[in-house]
Amino acid sequence: MEFLLNRYRNLTVLLLAILGQLVLLAYQVKSNGEVRLIRVWAVTAVTPLARAIETGRSGLSHFFDDYFVLLDVREQNKRMKTELDRINMENQFLRTELDTADRAKSLAIFQSRSPSKTVAAHIIGNTTGSGAKTVIVDRGSTNGVEKGMAVITPDGIVGKVVDVYPTAAFVLLATDPSFAAGVISQKNRVHGTLKGQGGNKAIVDYVQNEENVEQGEWFYTSGDDGVFPKGLPAGEVTSVHPGKARKEIFVAPSGFQNGLEEVLIVIEGVHAPIPEVPSSNQTVHMQAPPQDPETAATPGTPAGAPLSDADRLVEKYRQIGEAEKHVWGERGRGAPDFNISLEPKADSKLEPKADSKLEPKADPKTTSNPPHPQQ
Amino acid sequence: MSDFAETTFNEPRKKKDAVSKFNAVAMIGIPLIAILFQVYVPQFIKYLSYLELPLLVTVYFSLMKRSPVAGVLFGAGIGLAQDSLSSHPLGMFGIVKTLVGYFAGTVSQRFDVENPVVRLVLGFFFFFFHQFFYWVLARALLGEALEFDPQQTIVVAMLNAAVAVPLYHILDKLKITG
Repeated sequence: MEFLLNRYRNLTVLLLAILGQLVLLAYQVKSNGEVRLIRVWAVTAVTPLARAIETGRSGLSHFFDDYFVLLDVREQNKRMKTELDRINMENQFLRTELDTADRAKSLAIFQSRSPSKTVAAHIIGNTTGSGAKTVIVDRGSTNGVEKGMAVITPDGIVGKVVDVYPTAAFVLLATDPSFAAGVISQKNRVHGTLKGQGGNKAIVDYVQNEENVEQGEWFYTSGDDGVFPKGLPAGEVTSVHPGKARKEIFVAPSGFQNGLEEVLIVIEGVHAPIPEVPSSNQTVHMQAPPQDPETAATPGTPAGAPLSDADRLVEKYRQIGEAEKHVWGERGRGAPDFNISLEPKADSKLEPKADSKLEPKADPKTTSNPPHPQQ
Repeated sequence: MSDFAETTFNEPRKKKDAVSKFNAVAMIGIPLIAILFQVYVPQFIKYLSYLELPLLVTVYFSLMKRSPVAGVLFGAGIGLAQDSLSSHPLGMFGIVKTLVGYFAGTVSQRFDVENPVVRLVLGFFFFFFHQFFYWVLARALLGEALEFDPQQTIVVAMLNAAVAVPLYHILDKLKITG
């Protein structure tokens, strides 16, 4: 045995090393357990180094930025002394613009306006492995971060927390193939599941071919995955076409539009309504109502003015009342003579003609029981 | 036999005992820097995420130590450290890099591993082996539906091999001589 071990020493060490790691792997997969201690050590060891490098890099970067900006301003001042006031105003304007555009500031504004309770975090690295879609942020369990929390930016969803350590957390990005989130379309309220595709794109799965989804339409989180609060932008549909079993919808995740440096971790999510599609301001053309040949021939009647039979009857009785000096509704006056012939009036809207239509025949129903115009 | 074949296949026998020695700080610091590089740098230069520096360092130390056992230990150590900073179970990179270290240590006993051409070929081969075996393990042990694109892997392997040659030349300067 000893001879064999000595003879195959290399192979024995190899087999032992692989066997040990296989057992470790099997333990984690079978029991769904974490070898947490090793990870905590590794992450805790790497986080301060990564943070120190990041601090050094950003400090150096800011130093050079400031240096060149200062040089530029000096030169500008030399060149444009005569227009000093104008330049100062311009500088002020540009500074304000820059400040407004500043990522951290916009994040803070969003954070203060968002109904959800969030904590700002800085991305300090990627996890190892080529093509990894998981990033490390500098907020951990000591900051209240927990596994499964949503990670967002003002532009949309970014991913979710998959591992938490005291000083850092791992965030699975929305572009990772194992990522999934419940989403709903803005226009037609179509439900689906946002899934990463690697690269910078994602798809919305489980949407039937019969459902109506349009290119350019936005998807928002539906809130039914238990991770993301409802109403956060997920992405815009870049292409959509029917598939074999379900619709194939490709989406550009909106949370990555302006790069990823700072993110917000949602500590306590508050559901918000899905914004309505903005209505277009186009005027709606309405066709004029058909003209009665009777009124169309009347010169005093404005074109298209609606005149019903009741209007004409009221007008007729008003003219009869005027002709006979009858006050409608007065007691003891009796009924006027409804069979008199009315003279046509030029300024009358109705301009009754001496034809049979304005001189109603002695209809027993009408004459015996005239309708009251004020009724 | 050509000069190249002579230097490639016969030289190692002459140099068989020429095991390189390194400072302990370098042996720990270089793999740590390689892992930190992979964690930190691709955040700013996205295309550098294709550079598998921990693998190149594993291959280098395994080749220079000229011992399969040392290769196994290096591979397992760097692989497990890499695993602990990833979101998948511990042992995936560990197993793959253990095998890479073992084979690199074995190969070093037969080739002149200080020859740049040999280093280029070994860098290419071990990267391809690493990616392919990781894909096999992920599918077989974890049931992950990872995609393996041979053409892309070959291109990335060539890029890694091209980086390996100057990198190994720089690392040679850290060897303890005498």
